[in-house]
Amino acid sequence: MIHPIPAGTRDVLPDEMRELRKLKNALLDVFERRGYGEVATPAIEYEETMAQGEGRTARSSYRFFDEGGELLALRSDMTVPIARLVAGRYADSEPPHRLCYLASAYRAVRPQSGQLREFEQAGVELIGVPGAEGTVEVVEVLEAALDAAGLGSAVIGLGDADLYRQLLEELGVEGEARNAILASLAAHDLVGLEERLSRAGIGAARVETCVALTQLRGGKEVLERARGLGGEAVERAISRISETYEGLERRGAAERVQIDLGLLRDLGYYSGAILEVYDPAVGYVLGGGGRYDGLIKRFGLDLPAAGFGLYLQRVHTAQLEEQGRGGS
Amino acid sequence: MSGLKIAVPRGALFGDTLDVLDGAGLDTAELRGGSRSLIFETSGVTLVTVRPSDVPTYVEAGAADVGITGKDVLLEQSDRVVYELLDLGYGRCRMVLAARTGNDRLAEAQRRLGRMRIATKYPRIAERYFESTGRQVELVEVKGSVELAPLVGLSDGIVDLVATGRTLEENELEVREEIVECTARIVANRVSHKLRAAEIDELTAKLREASGR
Repeated sequence: MIHPIPAGTRDVLPDEMRELRKLKNALLDVFERRGYGEVATPAIEYEETMAQGEGRTARSSYRFFDEGGELLALRSDMTVPIARLVAGRYADSEPPHRLCYLASAYRAVRPQSGQLREFEQAGVELIGVPGAEGTVEVVEVLEAALDAAGLGSAVIGLGDADLYRQLLEELGVEGEARNAILASLAAHDLVGLEERLSRAGIGAARVETCVALTQLRGGKEVLERARGLGGEAVERAISRISETYEGLERRGAAERVQIDLGLLRDLGYYSGAILEVYDPAVGYVLGGGGRYDGLIKRFGLDLPAAGFGLYLQRVHTAQLEEQGRGGS
Repeated sequence: MSGLKIAVPRGALFGDTLDVLDGAGLDTAELRGGSRSLIFETSGVTLVTVRPSDVPTYVEAGAADVGITGKDVLLEQSDRVVYELLDLGYGRCRMVLAARTGNDRLAEAQRRLGRMRIATKYPRIAERYFESTGRQVELVEVKGSVELAPLVGLSDGIVDLVATGRTLEENELEVREEIVECTARIVANRVSHKLRAAEIDELTAKLREASGR
């Protein structure tokens, strides 16, 4: 007999479950050893809570009414619920707070895309450690997690969420034009980006500078090249990135970090450093994160914070691919 | 690490694409030979030939690091996550709304019924266009020879890609509105763009030069 399940969901059978269990244990072990305590939050939140995340993917795709007519939502990520939890429960205790999670979240999928509607994420949130110091610790935990998962060739992209917002402000591009430009950036549509920048009336030289900036990615030399492109906003972003990068260098943790000035995550709450994780064995992003200094404030507690989340199923796939490569 | 895998579109863009690849220093002689192979190793890269509309699929999944396809394909599959790196300028054509020459059935449907029946191979582009211009339409998706639809009464008009306009003319159709102009574009996989940055930047720069952009 055939009993279908919704597209984008799946059953897991014992063989795979055993591998996943091992992976989860390895990740949680890394988090715990570094002082991150595991928390769980409900899969169902008030819609109002999830809406604090704004941005395209933080907005919950699955909303419904309870018996009392309250609007509820299935959580679309873990960072927003944890921000709520921290603001509610840790207001009177001395930061920093180190929390980790391994939980399912829910997002809408495109038909026939292989995307998961229900997916597991493993990650940490470091709350109360500002700036480069906090970011460096988060990157170090992320590297340890990737090692524990056996992803020796994974690379971490490090960018800055405020760079283009500030750059466009400096250039006096506002409103509709600004949003359209940021949208092309988020979609990585360089042709559209160039077109929209040209229409913003900032002069051909500046258009070229902005487009060139988005293509800068690599080691420390990238910062020098970016500096050459000039501007106050660029200078500020570079100094933020180099502070983090130099912090990583001092801790011997910069080797697998790629500086990337084209990075722009579509979650609306990031500020400052942003992270993305890649592995050469698979064509999609394994996870990401960054600083979200303003998010917990939306819940009434003003604490700087940073974190990352890894998509568990994708990490598992990459793990199998890397093992396959090693064996062949 | 092996060389880049490049998805090359068969069909209307094939010839011009091979020309710019040649211009970028890649040897495409084998592809021109009418071989039935789909994979070619040449000049340190792997060229895979696919349908233009499949290019975003291969590139999004990372089965190809970069690919070349038309903007029409990218607009129709705008939910595919690929990086659009460069406008190559060739393969220029227009996405248009067309209807039977000298016949006012299209306008009549809009006036009398408040909606038009439109046949197209590009339902998402058409849907966005009519929505953004505040008109209601009934879209009929067809897979081939869309010019036939208004001739036999399947639709009031069509949304289709037009290069020279000859096909429209031969079927006694005329352009009523121009929706967007489309050219060939280079797209890249999101992860390859980061992890193989130097190779992809070099290829893009060479293709930019070869295409005279």
